[in-house]
Amino acid sequence: MDLGPYLLFASLEGLVHAAVLSLIALGLSLVFGVMRIVNVAHGEFFMLGAILAWWISGFVFGSPAIGFLLALIIAPLIAGVIAMSSDWLILKHLKYDPEATIIATIGILYIIQQAVLMTFGPDARPVEQPFNYRLDLYWFGFSAYKFFVVFSAIILLFSVWLVMAKTKFGLILRATQLDSETAQAFGIPISTVYSLVFGVGAAIAAVAAVLIVPIQQAHYLMGGEPLLLAFIVVIIGGLGSLRGTVAAAVLIGMSDGIISVFFSPNLAKIIATLFVVIVLLIKPNGLFGSEKT
Amino acid sequence: MNKNNIINKNISRRKLMKGVAAAGSIAAMPGFVRYSQAASSAPIKIGFQVHRTGIGAAYGRWYDRTTQAAVKVINDGGGINGRPIEIVAEDDGTDPKRGAEALEKFANQHKCDVAFGTLFSHVVIGSAPRAGELKLPYFVVSEGHHVASGMLNRYTLQPGITDVKSQVQAMAPFVRNNLGKKVTMVYPDFAFGHDHRDYFSAAFEAQGGQILAKVPIPPTESSFSKYFPKIPRDTEVLYHVMVGPAVLTFVKELGEFYGNKSPKLFGFIDSVEAVDLSTPGLEFLDGSYFWEGNPRYAQSNQTEHDKFYRSAVGVDENGASVSDSKDVSTYAHMFGCWETLHIIKNGMEEAGYSGVGDRSKLIEAVESMSNMPLSQAHPQGAKIFNGKTHQTFGHQYITKMTNGKLVLAHTTSIEDTFYPDEVDYTQQSF
Repeated sequence: MDLGPYLLFASLEGLVHAAVLSLIALGLSLVFGVMRIVNVAHGEFFMLGAILAWWISGFVFGSPAIGFLLALIIAPLIAGVIAMSSDWLILKHLKYDPEATIIATIGILYIIQQAVLMTFGPDARPVEQPFNYRLDLYWFGFSAYKFFVVFSAIILLFSVWLVMAKTKFGLILRATQLDSETAQAFGIPISTVYSLVFGVGAAIAAVAAVLIVPIQQAHYLMGGEPLLLAFIVVIIGGLGSLRGTVAAAVLIGMSDGIISVFFSPNLAKIIATLFVVIVLLIKPNGLFGSEKT
Repeated sequence: MNKNNIINKNISRRKLMKGVAAAGSIAAMPGFVRYSQAASSAPIKIGFQVHRTGIGAAYGRWYDRTTQAAVKVINDGGGINGRPIEIVAEDDGTDPKRGAEALEKFANQHKCDVAFGTLFSHVVIGSAPRAGELKLPYFVVSEGHHVASGMLNRYTLQPGITDVKSQVQAMAPFVRNNLGKKVTMVYPDFAFGHDHRDYFSAAFEAQGGQILAKVPIPPTESSFSKYFPKIPRDTEVLYHVMVGPAVLTFVKELGEFYGNKSPKLFGFIDSVEAVDLSTPGLEFLDGSYFWEGNPRYAQSNQTEHDKFYRSAVGVDENGASVSDSKDVSTYAHMFGCWETLHIIKNGMEEAGYSGVGDRSKLIEAVESMSNMPLSQAHPQGAKIFNGKTHQTFGHQYITKMTNGKLVLAHTTSIEDTFYPDEVDYTQQSF
């Protein structure tokens, strides 16, 4: 392939990757920003979204688009409710102690993974694309659905920003993030906010999964890689910073796409991880992180 | 006191007669008759290392069904030397470390007579040394060339399925003569894929062909488009072989990338094994060729043995489960379990196998096997087993995707698959 189309293809692949990654990382970043806990089980909520999408779309006959839309609404809801109940059952009782919650979320990771394995089985499950259209770009073809993924991710990111910046709920979240004790003193029900945030974080990851599953198939082990990449993105972007998360996701997604296509996918991961080390050394709070911890 | 004990232990003649009658009536019950002549009617325990989870799960599911069906057929026919087979299944998670642990459990905890059933080559390579240490005969159904290459040991045998080296060697002339001269290979980046890379390229270059590029893909990869630009544009034939849970994504993305402008496609069925070929997005495969170990679709020249085997395992004429047409089998590979179990039976009967002390006799008996004619025990076709290299050789099938079905286009001879011996395991001590 000539350099021009090669680069175009790599950028398109990178863009899809960046879009999904920014959603996954956004959920992780939100949870850390507000609750100050590291959710190691985040990748499993992503996986849960994908598996549920397969499960839900299996009930619907007729156009695959109906099943997909249904999954897009229901799967994140279920994932969110499961996340909220694990917060209510486990994390709350640990008083959100940073070390204890890491261990607890590792436990949640295994519980979700094994529960999915036991109920839905070990097979990779395909979900049909809501629409099947191949754009012929002369040198190569590209699925129109992938553009839809990018487009949806942008809308979703914009809505999250809108909620955070313009609504009362966003104000409550920002207040809790800034100083939870003072927020509580002003009558904000911190534990409800925490539960909601944990649920919303998981739901956003699940949305990303529903979007990606018609391209990639659902599988009980699929949560590992996005978790690693989401951590990389969040660390580079600055934990808790929405702007930073999106910027870092685009950076990592695009470089992953381009380096994968031109060199090798392994090299892309090596470089991304190396980049984390460099950022931690030079700007420990991330590119967009605030100075105060 | 002593006297009393003796009296108590004495059995009256009447009691003895009752006991004999009871034993006789049990022996007369259906199901027990056949084992009654055996010196011992304790079951023969076969440890089944099965990929229930991990990247080999689809294969594991069907290897399990085939194994259960074969065991039922063998047990209904009188078992092995009158003893029934008992399968002790252990999930290895398609993981080499867990594979070795499973073998330890078979040998030490379950006291299995032999171990059997592994497919993925990295699990075989990880487990076989342990089988050698445990002195546990290990019958693999893997296709990897590592058995015949001499990498493993005397306790590891592959009598029920052919190896990649012989398969690709038999494919090379067909690809060269019918599809094209310039080939790019896409293959999974682990032992199994490396066998393809090394032996196909050697065999193809020997045919006067040229390998333009080799594109390895990690077996755990979940998206593939990014690898396709590495395929040179002047490629005439794209040789693809992929494994793992994401094979459907692999072929779908291949179709997305090329549309109807692809080079000619020659694939190992592994790329679509357990995949429903009527899935939207796979239409581009029509007209492309596949290697199949055993044709998934019942062909017009179907043998009575394939018919019997197919229905015993519960597979319909399209290669899917009779109870769920979307549950497509791994038909090209799983016959290996059926045939291997029959070979274990024959080997044990030949060796007069009575217990774990006879394990080396069993291996010697299998090593002395050679011709395995097409039969109910060998429904895939006739085979020639090489006792020195512990590897079997057999016919290979090339099918062409025609209107959504795989139709037989070429059958190789067994001789097409021969290569010089690389090891003589019979020289190794037990």
